[in-house]
Amino acid sequence: MEITDEKLVELKEKANNIRISLIEALIVAGSGHTAGPLDMADIFTVLFFHTLKHNPKKPDWPERDRVVLSNGHICPVLYSTMAHAGYFPIAELKTLRKFGSRLQGHPHRDFLPSLETSSGPLASGLSQAVGMALSDKIDHGLTSDRRIYALLSDGELESGQTWEAAMLAGKEKLQNLTAVIDRNNIQIDGYTETVMPLESLSNKWLAWNWHVIEIDGHNIEEIADAFEKARAVFGKPTVIIAHTIAGKGVPEFERDYRWHGNPPGKGPTDKVPADKQGEVALGELRTLGGKIRSEHQ
Amino acid sequence: MLNPELKLNTKLFDKNVEQLPIRQGFGEGLLEAGEKNLNVVGLCADLTESTKMNLFADKFPNRFIQIGVAEQNLASVASGLAAMGKIPFISSYAMFSPGRNWEQIRTTICYNNRPVKIVGSHAGVSVGPDGGTHQAIEDIAITRVIPRMVVISPCDAIEAKKATLASVETGTPVYLRLAREKTPIMTTEKTPFKIGEAQIFWQSENPKVGIVATGALLYKALEAAKELEKSGIESLVMNLATIKPLDEKALISLAKTTERIVTVEEHQIRGGMGSAVSECLAKNFPVPIEFIGVDDQFGQSGTPDELIEHYNMGTKDILKAVNKILKR
Repeated sequence: MEITDEKLVELKEKANNIRISLIEALIVAGSGHTAGPLDMADIFTVLFFHTLKHNPKKPDWPERDRVVLSNGHICPVLYSTMAHAGYFPIAELKTLRKFGSRLQGHPHRDFLPSLETSSGPLASGLSQAVGMALSDKIDHGLTSDRRIYALLSDGELESGQTWEAAMLAGKEKLQNLTAVIDRNNIQIDGYTETVMPLESLSNKWLAWNWHVIEIDGHNIEEIADAFEKARAVFGKPTVIIAHTIAGKGVPEFERDYRWHGNPPGKGPTDKVPADKQGEVALGELRTLGGKIRSEHQ
Repeated sequence: MLNPELKLNTKLFDKNVEQLPIRQGFGEGLLEAGEKNLNVVGLCADLTESTKMNLFADKFPNRFIQIGVAEQNLASVASGLAAMGKIPFISSYAMFSPGRNWEQIRTTICYNNRPVKIVGSHAGVSVGPDGGTHQAIEDIAITRVIPRMVVISPCDAIEAKKATLASVETGTPVYLRLAREKTPIMTTEKTPFKIGEAQIFWQSENPKVGIVATGALLYKALEAAKELEKSGIESLVMNLATIKPLDEKALISLAKTTERIVTVEEHQIRGGMGSAVSECLAKNFPVPIEFIGVDDQFGQSGTPDELIEHYNMGTKDILKAVNKILKR
């Protein structure tokens, strides 16, 4: 599906609003993850507002595509995107992580049934997505029309279960499956290549018989194009390695692994004092006017 | 005497009592479930013949998925299939599933509320010569502690078949505990089976002790009851096939009738079926309890008989426990 200029502007604005809402939610919550949600906002936007076959007013519509969020800790971006898409009121985002909220600290289907899965413990999402893709393969063969999307972090690739799932998807030629890796190069203890080197990442996936696409994870057109290309691949699952900037959208937070697990107000204070972090983040995002710069532009 | 209402195997005390591996009953049950319900799918981690899933896999290759030696993936892939409406049965040795993949079972299956059926074969020390690494004696403890999980430990191959078929219908996660070795057939096709219902297999007029057993050791409990009868001690023997949800009503009634309980299981004493029974009775009708099971040790190589004897789970150990509790 071609993206018109008008649609492009709309998606960029949407991504920015999703960022603003998730930062507002994190400020109220007083705990939670900031870097990943900010850097995945563009991908979530394209997925939910352009690519996905879904119906927010009828979340249990059987024909819908499936989105499995594996790294559940980035749920502020999932919740914010779902709210903006109409799954629940945007005002509800302010209940994030509070007692009785549908928006649990890590996603839980018991509380929010429109989630495709509960997640938090890392690296089991790809397996679940493989199971969903296999179900369609059993029922409709390889040419099943429905797409299954698995959203993964780079840090969680250090867990062996990811590779168990990758092997099976390659073996079963699950062309209905698209995985997206948030390659933001950070995890809670540091930079991924320091904690546990993942490179050469694309070769690892190629070795398990996956089709690999590498994109700039902040370029709306590239993101949309990659999802389209994945549909056309025959006999292989596709992995989109999305190169992202951790904390994208708030320059003071960008590329700093210390923003992995902290909300504004509790992040590193060498650039912005704690009591100004929320204000600075919202200020930066509100003046961006929907123009997140891709690093390659 | 054997409870006539349950239509048990009348030849069960014969020297040549028919014996079958409990896992065989699962294999046949899954095959039948697959014929009846197109949503039933089978997944195995490289132990298809060993866990008897091969019967299903040969008949329904399109609904069988070979996962390879990857038990964590096994659990979570099944969760994904269940999310799409399938009813997955996953099989491996109990040590590896639910052993190795416990967190995946907890989060992606139970927390997610997906009706995956976890089939752990080769539970207990009677796995034999393979040794302690392959003898799951902690599996009841780690499954019954997870919310939503139903835990079933059938006593023989026929009951295992019925339990397999009943598992299809629960809409919940189920753990089905199976044993490797041939074990005596105690029930018949006509013996009723319902998940969550305990049954009194051995009755007497004036019982002084209630023996609660699960799995193949139920046979030892029945042998013990017969021995006790000879020496004038009357008892009741309960088959507690479903460990969760626990048939509290039946257990409380048993405790009220006998005022003494001996539990018998091929599992660690700590956290197992006996623990479940004592949790129930301590709260509702406290009575003295003796526990037959493995006492905080690992297994080892040997024949099943040698190991059952070594870990004090044989008929004479049950008799000893009964004599001890009668003096309490």
